[in-house]
Amino acid sequence: MIEDLQIVKVGMADLNVVHGSGIIRTTGLGSCVGLTLYDSIAHIAGLAHVMLPSSDTAREGQLNLMKYADTAIPVLLEKMEKLGGQRRRMVAKMAGGAQMFAFNSMSDTMRIGPRNVENCKEMLMKLSLPLLAEDTGGNFGRTIEMNCQTGILHIRSVQMGVKEI
Amino acid sequence: MDIFRNLAEINVDVLREVGNIGAGHAATALSRLVDKPIDMAVPAVRMLPFDEIAEQVGGPEQLVIATFLRVEGDAPGNLFFILKPHASKKLLRSLSGIEVISDDDYTEMEISALSEIGNILAGSYLSSLADFTGLYMTPTVPALAIDMAGAILSFGLMQFGQMGDGALLIDTTFLEGDEEVEGQFFLIPDPSSFAKIFRALGVPYE
Repeated sequence: MIEDLQIVKVGMADLNVVHGSGIIRTTGLGSCVGLTLYDSIAHIAGLAHVMLPSSDTAREGQLNLMKYADTAIPVLLEKMEKLGGQRRRMVAKMAGGAQMFAFNSMSDTMRIGPRNVENCKEMLMKLSLPLLAEDTGGNFGRTIEMNCQTGILHIRSVQMGVKEI
Repeated sequence: MDIFRNLAEINVDVLREVGNIGAGHAATALSRLVDKPIDMAVPAVRMLPFDEIAEQVGGPEQLVIATFLRVEGDAPGNLFFILKPHASKKLLRSLSGIEVISDDDYTEMEISALSEIGNILAGSYLSSLADFTGLYMTPTVPALAIDMAGAILSFGLMQFGQMGDGALLIDTTFLEGDEEVEGQFFLIPDPSSFAKIFRALGVPYE
């Protein structure tokens, strides 16, 4: 069977969903976190490319809700629910949150990767969304994609090759 | 952020000159290292959405060798020196005392050499910039990474991330001989640094 799979690309500080069939992908995750939610019955996969841990630090006029861990996850959840996804069936996976460069004097801005991961987890807990698997940390970049038929998260990195969670 | 979209021509010119002076000195340093003339393209000053920044070096998944240093002091910011794999191997081959065996892998010696080159060039970019502006600028110890461009460059966008969805980039390209892109400098001053740079150079800025 040959079919053209629809591929949805998610940019930095962006999110999107695929429904029915198709692949959702985001490239070049460094300290950013790629967080997926998946409903295996409705075949809906959502992906958020989270850039910063908390909207508290925002100094922008018009807040981009898709950029921050604390605001992006609720937006993603709502978007999936509108398509018929059910929260109690949803499971989360995430990848990224690397520390691309190591420095001696680690200010909080430099620790952005680990903080993104921590805040995503906190938000998932608040929303009672179970975190099924993660591939986070390290000092390398990742490209991730999820097929909404399977809910498997493919992770590709330069150093570690391909991995599935 | 809107102020960056409406930067006056003179402000853009000044930032271009900042890139010109920094990269100009770095190009001279590199030229001495490899004992060959190194040319430089006119610096580009651009306000770009985050997603388009990695496109400047071939897309978010392009493998790059990047030296990163954080500029601290009066006008903080992030400075990257970026090489593509073929350019990095070409550079290594032109250095005496290094024998390049593989085009794909990097030996410890090669990484150490690239790291040192990045050090010298980034340091020379920054010190000429500090001299030019009279501002106090001090670098963190430069760090080297070989990875996807998106993953590396996004690290330099965090300060802009709190302000909006784009960053102002001063992009200068090195060329050697037949217009082949050899290396790129990206200077991404923190949003708060622009006023200081303009004031230091006596340029009006609201």
